[in-house]
Amino acid sequence: MDELVVQTKGLTKRYGDGDSGRLAVDRVEMTVRRGEVYGFLGPNGAGKTTTLRMVLGLIRPTAGSATVLGRPAGEPAVTERIGALIEGPGFYPYLSGRDNLRTMARYRALPEAMVDAALERVDLADRGKDKFKSYSLGMKQRLGVAAALMGDPDVIVLDEPTNGLDPAGMADMRGLIVELARGGQTVLLSSHLLAEVEEICDRVGVIARGQLLVESTVSALRGGRRLRITATPTDRAIAIAMRLAGEDAVQLSGDAILVDVPPERTPHVVRAFVTEGLDVHEVTISERTLEEVFFEMTRSGEHVHAADDLTSSLEAVR
Amino acid sequence: MSAATSLDLRASAPGPSAVLNSTRADLLRLRKWPAVWVTIGAWLALNAMFAYLFNYVTYSSGTTNFSTQGESRAELLAGLLPSGLPATLPQGMPLFGGAIMMVLGAIIAGNGYGWGTWKTVLTQGPSRTSTLAGSLSATTVLIAGVALATLVTDYAMSLAVALAESRSTALPGLGDLAQSVGVAFLVMEMWAMAGYLLGTLARSPAVSVGLGLVWGLVIEQLLRGVGGSLAWVDTFTHFLPGTSAGSLVGQMVGVDPGTPDATPGLLDALSYDRALLMVVAYLVLLPTLTWWLVRRRDVV
Repeated sequence: MDELVVQTKGLTKRYGDGDSGRLAVDRVEMTVRRGEVYGFLGPNGAGKTTTLRMVLGLIRPTAGSATVLGRPAGEPAVTERIGALIEGPGFYPYLSGRDNLRTMARYRALPEAMVDAALERVDLADRGKDKFKSYSLGMKQRLGVAAALMGDPDVIVLDEPTNGLDPAGMADMRGLIVELARGGQTVLLSSHLLAEVEEICDRVGVIARGQLLVESTVSALRGGRRLRITATPTDRAIAIAMRLAGEDAVQLSGDAILVDVPPERTPHVVRAFVTEGLDVHEVTISERTLEEVFFEMTRSGEHVHAADDLTSSLEAVR
Repeated sequence: MSAATSLDLRASAPGPSAVLNSTRADLLRLRKWPAVWVTIGAWLALNAMFAYLFNYVTYSSGTTNFSTQGESRAELLAGLLPSGLPATLPQGMPLFGGAIMMVLGAIIAGNGYGWGTWKTVLTQGPSRTSTLAGSLSATTVLIAGVALATLVTDYAMSLAVALAESRSTALPGLGDLAQSVGVAFLVMEMWAMAGYLLGTLARSPAVSVGLGLVWGLVIEQLLRGVGGSLAWVDTFTHFLPGTSAGSLVGQMVGVDPGTPDATPGLLDALSYDRALLMVVAYLVLLPTLTWWLVRRRDVV
């Protein structure tokens, strides 16, 4: 099941020539496996959309390559097996939602029944006859997803699919994506919403300033759970913690110390503190959110270091 | 993996079926586009007015107007009868019809960039070549339809004149009529392809329509004016699309551009054969340039 559905090698896009050019995507090595929901995470302008456009063959890489389903990106044979919604839905404003899908379906000679099924799937069946230009942003977005679903593609590429959706619409969209993955379709999803990615993605790739900083499972990215202890005197507390967990596993955070130990060792650690005569004020198990990890990694100038840290911590987890 | 997940290349091989699918898709969205009908309707209405209505009013009131000075009333009426169709039908094409068809080509190609529809279309499956071939085919179907619709309205107008004046309603020879409609189609198709190229180049309908109209209506006219005194400019104008289209129609209907009553845009700068060759050459060159552009371009 580890077949690679999308793979990029040294994928690079530079706009403009020479040193004055802007490097939008910088040697990105991305791998998406069959059947997973892959989250492509990054701040606005990080190069997410540009990378996805190259994966779809809409723009040509300056260097490197992208393969989809084992063939070069952009080949007709590949493109018709991908459903995509890239940078907002692009439809004819004067046509109804349904006629827009009928037009797109004709490019692959798909039966009309698929159009209605796709509308049904994104809850637009009763508005299908209305003109696209009369749709709300959320409905336009859903029509874009409907177009991407037509023809049961092997891979579905969704660029910020929850953009412009209200909270209920976002929840529906996430439910739909999870459902697609359950049905065996591979979903490549870009987002700047961490909660979204944390909730529905199996693996994530984090991109900032055109570089793929890390690619891993969500849980590995967040790292293990840590013990957060407030005890006085603090210097002695640190010394004891280091003795128990090793020097590298202890970190000071304000008044508290963070100790990397498995949760089942919690009583052992607390007992040690008490036995040594320390005053223990607070013991909690702290989990890093993806948000913390993300900001750690994408903070300006430190990302390479952070990525190294992360890679080593990932190795430790394995 | 199983056969179901391996790529089935036969279904997606670029070829006639991909082009046909793209043509059908583009025809669907063109057929339902109000702007297309407004443009075509405007052409048919204006053509009927300038080619028939004004001339008939002039004829029946016995006065002369700007476009009929010096023409005898008999000549005027001859052009308005069914037998005059082959000569009357293509006269408005080089300048007027051409300009409108250029607008049509430009909006068909140019609007898709702003709406993001080319992006959506190019992620459907067919290659860029197939998609473009389909879109150009759909445009060609549209232009052929316009040529036939022009024939029908012109025939209806001429029939009305003939009945009103109790003249012969006899049709002209089928060969003459076919040649006339064919020439009209070629000229309109050439301008539509020019518009399509401009729309693709500018990625916007407004810029391309503006540029195209200034070129067709202003620059070429000015260059032909300058060509009267400068030989090399004159030679240069012989290779322009407007000169080619104007000469093709001008030579067919027999025109003397020196006289004040000549229809604007009709020329005799090139021979009929040479003009036909030039128009066909443009019909190859313009789509080829568009294809080259669409193939290599990044679509955002």
